[in-house]
This record gives sequence, C-alpha cells and structure tokens, in this order.
Amino acid sequence: MAKLETKIGGLTLKNPVLTASGTFGYGTEFSEFIDLSRLGGYIIKGTTLNPREGNPYPRMAETPSGMLNCVGLQNKGVHYLKDHIYPNIKDIDSCLIVNLSGSTVEDYAEAAEIIGTMDKVQAIELNISCPNVKQGGMAFGTTTQGVEQVVSAVRKAYNKTLIVKLSPNVTSITDMALAAEAAGADSVSLINTLMGMAIDAERRKPLLSMVTGGLSGPCVKPVALRCVWQVAKAVKIPVVGLGGIMNATDAIEFFLAGATAIEIGTANFIDPETTVKVVDGINEYLDRHNFKSITEIIGQLEV
Amino acid sequence: MKKQLNLKVENLKKITEQHILLSLVAPNGDMPEIKAGQFVEVKVDNAPTVFLRRPISVHFVDYAKQRLDLLVALVGDGTRKMATLSVGDEVSVLLPLGNGFPMPTKAGAKCLLVGGGVGIAPLLYLGDRLKAAGHQVSFLLGARNAGGVMLEDEFKKFGSLYLTTEDGSVGEKGFVTNHSILEKEQFDEIFVCGPTPMMKAVAKYAYAKNIECYVSLENKMACGLGACLCCVTEDNKGHNRCVCSEGPVFNINELPWQN
Repeated sequence: MAKLETKIGGLTLKNPVLTASGTFGYGTEFSEFIDLSRLGGYIIKGTTLNPREGNPYPRMAETPSGMLNCVGLQNKGVHYLKDHIYPNIKDIDSCLIVNLSGSTVEDYAEAAEIIGTMDKVQAIELNISCPNVKQGGMAFGTTTQGVEQVVSAVRKAYNKTLIVKLSPNVTSITDMALAAEAAGADSVSLINTLMGMAIDAERRKPLLSMVTGGLSGPCVKPVALRCVWQVAKAVKIPVVGLGGIMNATDAIEFFLAGATAIEIGTANFIDPETTVKVVDGINEYLDRHNFKSITEIIGQLEV
Repeated sequence: MKKQLNLKVENLKKITEQHILLSLVAPNGDMPEIKAGQFVEVKVDNAPTVFLRRPISVHFVDYAKQRLDLLVALVGDGTRKMATLSVGDEVSVLLPLGNGFPMPTKAGAKCLLVGGGVGIAPLLYLGDRLKAAGHQVSFLLGARNAGGVMLEDEFKKFGSLYLTTEDGSVGEKGFVTNHSILEKEQFDEIFVCGPTPMMKAVAKYAYAKNIECYVSLENKMACGLGACLCCVTEDNKGHNRCVCSEGPVFNINELPWQN
C-alpha cells in the first residue's frame, strides 16, 4: 500500500483525488454511493457572493465523448452556503474546498472573507474561468492583468490555501499560471471547460440556450494533459490537473505530466463511484510499479 | 436508498415500431424499493455518441420476480442502442432517482391518470400502486394513431381505460383533453405524464376545476442526482429547480403554468 498523501501549499490531502466543482454538488448528493471520507477532498459547486439563478434551459448537450454545459453558476450565494449547507457537511472527514466565482473584484474579496470564517473549509478554488457567464470571471481569467488583479484581492482577503482555476480558452495558459503565482496563489488547477457549441441541423437551432457552453469529458483530456504539462514546467507552485479523467489510468497520466493532485468532474455523472475507484486504482498502479508514494511519479514523464 | 446495480436483461420486446419494453432483473435480489414516478439512469454502452446515461421512467416493478420494466421510445442513439441489447446482457443502472407521485390522502380517491406518447410509461406502475392503496383508477391515454396505442391489456388490470387518437382510429378522436370522460366524471386527483403541451392543457383543466394535479416532467439531464443542474425547470417563483432531484413530479401549483 503506497503512500497517497500529497500537499498543495500548506494543505495536506490524504490522497490526491478531488472532485471538480459543479459536478459533485455539495457532496451529499453522492453520499449514498460512496464514503465521502475516502476522498482526498471535495470542491463544492461554484459559489458567488449573491444568489444566481443561472441560465435558462436547455443547459446541456451531449457531444462525442463528452458534453457541453451552460449552467451559468446557479447557486444560492455564500451566505446560504454558510448558514444552511456548511453545518451539514463540515464534519465530513475530507478536505472541504469552496469554488468561488464573481463578477467584480470586490464581490470576490467579500465572498472570500466570508468563506474564511468557515473553519472547516480549508481552501478556496478561485474560478476565474467560467465560460458561461458574461462576468463570471472569464474576463479576469483571460488576461494576465485580470488574473493578477483578482488573485491579489482575494489573497489579501483570505489567508488559507488559494487555488486558482485556469481557463484553456487563452493564447497562453502558462502566462496566466505565472500571473496567478506572482499574485500569491498557492496552486493552480486546470483546465476549466473548453468553450464550444452544438447545433441541431434539422431545427437549425443551437442545442444550448446560450448558444455556447463549456466542453468537458474524455474529449478534452489531451488538451488538459498538454496544459498541465506546460504549466507544471513553468511554475513552482503545485498544479492540480483535471479534464476528462474517467479512471485511474487517466489520473496517472496527469501525475506524470506534473499534477500534484487531480479532480474528477464529468465522470461523476456516468459513475457516481468513480472517485473511490480512482483512489483504489492509483494505489494498485503504485504498488504494481513498486513506487512507495504518489510523490514519486509527479512530473516523471520520460520524454 | 439509491444504488448502482448491474441488472440482467430478462426480456426485450418490441411493442410498436418506435417502442420497446425492456425487462431487467436484479440477479442478487437487491432491487431497491421504487416509488411510482421515480426513474432510473441506464448506462447504455461506451460508444462516443452515447456518453451519458439515459434517464428512463419506471414502467413497472415486480418485487417477487426482482424485475424492473422500462418502456422506452426509440428516439436517439442511446435508446436505439438499448433496443439491440440481448437477453442475459448486463446493464448498469442507477436507481431509484427523483421523487415519485404522492399518494392521495383521501381514502378511495377517484384518480385520473393521463398519458401521451411514451409518457404513459410511469402510469402503469402508478395505477398498480394506487389500486393497491384502495383508490379508483381511470387511465386516459392519447396517441397519434392506432399504431401508437400500446399495452391496453396491461392498463386494464388496474382500472378503466379511455383512449384518444388524433386521427380517431382508436378511442375518441382528438387530444386527451377532448375526451368526454373529463365532462362526465368528477375526479379527486389527476396525474399526468406526456408532451409538455399536453400536460399544460390537462393542467389548465385541473386549475379550472380546482383538482389536485401532478405532472411528471422530462428534461434533458446528465447526473440524475441534482449535482450538475442541467435539467432545471423554472417554478412559479422564478427559481430554477432540478427536474431530477426536486421532480420529476411537480404539483402544477409549483409551476408557472396558470397563464
């Protein structure tokens, strides 16, 4: 049994398997299928300062080996999270991380401060890359100045672990990662969804209410691996990898490319037990290759 | 308790050109308790174009035989792939999902179960449950033409059956809302599943007559667990509600259908 413990900044995870925001609700939706305490951590869905109703239906379209969504950050706001959700999940023996989104720097900072008052929340994953909301952070995530601005503001308001989630919808994701690092991020996670669209040819209409949406699932994995590989070489802070991970082998590929931890997203919709199966599979891989710890394979791609 | 089970195909019967009846059994005898109106998510296969599970409503459950019946309309790649399953194949199923139809509180309630197209699927099991609870069951089922009328003998086991077809080839001519039974009888509760325009038309009747009415919605969904928030419908307060976890059954008074 290899050691699965991994570190993101000051945060120690019992294993490197996290859930991707927006694919795992508040965790409790999955508690009938898996033991949540077996997760390295779970990232609860995108939370904003004020409640958001999100975008109109239809919000989802299946595409080859993946899906598009334009949910648009539907959530009940950070105060609801603190008062009504947090009390029910704070004692789950896993690392609780809140994904934070916003439309202004001030909103981000104010919500971050409130998240900081929830003792058992150990980190923020800062979403500066949602492709489905006009001011859903995407504007911040596509320029280095924007990244620095919002990351610096949240850094001042929040002193626990800060992970910045990056968009692949940029010319150079490495530049964005370096900007996040310079502004005080403890880690970067990548990739958020790739912007795409789908069309119903018979009806000559888009399949999504917002026309465009974020693409996820195994179809994005090669892009995600490439991004993790490039960013991990460029930054000194740990990289959290995600994008189309369906099983332990996919996860191992991300570690080899340089990820310190991984997130499982869309796979939760296909098999709600994916996360724990990946934990077991990573263990099996490490044992089979005689590695004593997950840290031994991080960035160990032989090129 | 929700489960992920590998069920075995016991039978697959073509009902019409566009519908199959898929019977699945739990080989280990661990079929969970399922309420009428709940649904399951079926993993069809690993083909790239059938990436997500398919949400299918529960047509019937026979606990003694540990059997779950799904009435499936062949509408896309996923459902057409389901039609190629063979007896003995294993299928991964998440179940039971969503909330069922609430049982009437009044003893011996006169219940009208209205279905259109493949929307008749959850009404058979609902009829069974209502009859077992001592309520009076009438089915009012609509189809385009005689070719779309199916499983009449099954429905007749649990109540009276009234039919409409748009071309008048079977039953009364027109839509379900044109059927004379709606004027002749006074019902205590109405349960509806079918195309949205049909459900709205029945809801209009129920609003006007002040009859308790529940509809089962069918939106495109991914997870089926209330996590992805893809399947939402707007309620009468302007909030987006998950059809999978907060529905699929809603009281019409929760929906903005009054106008």
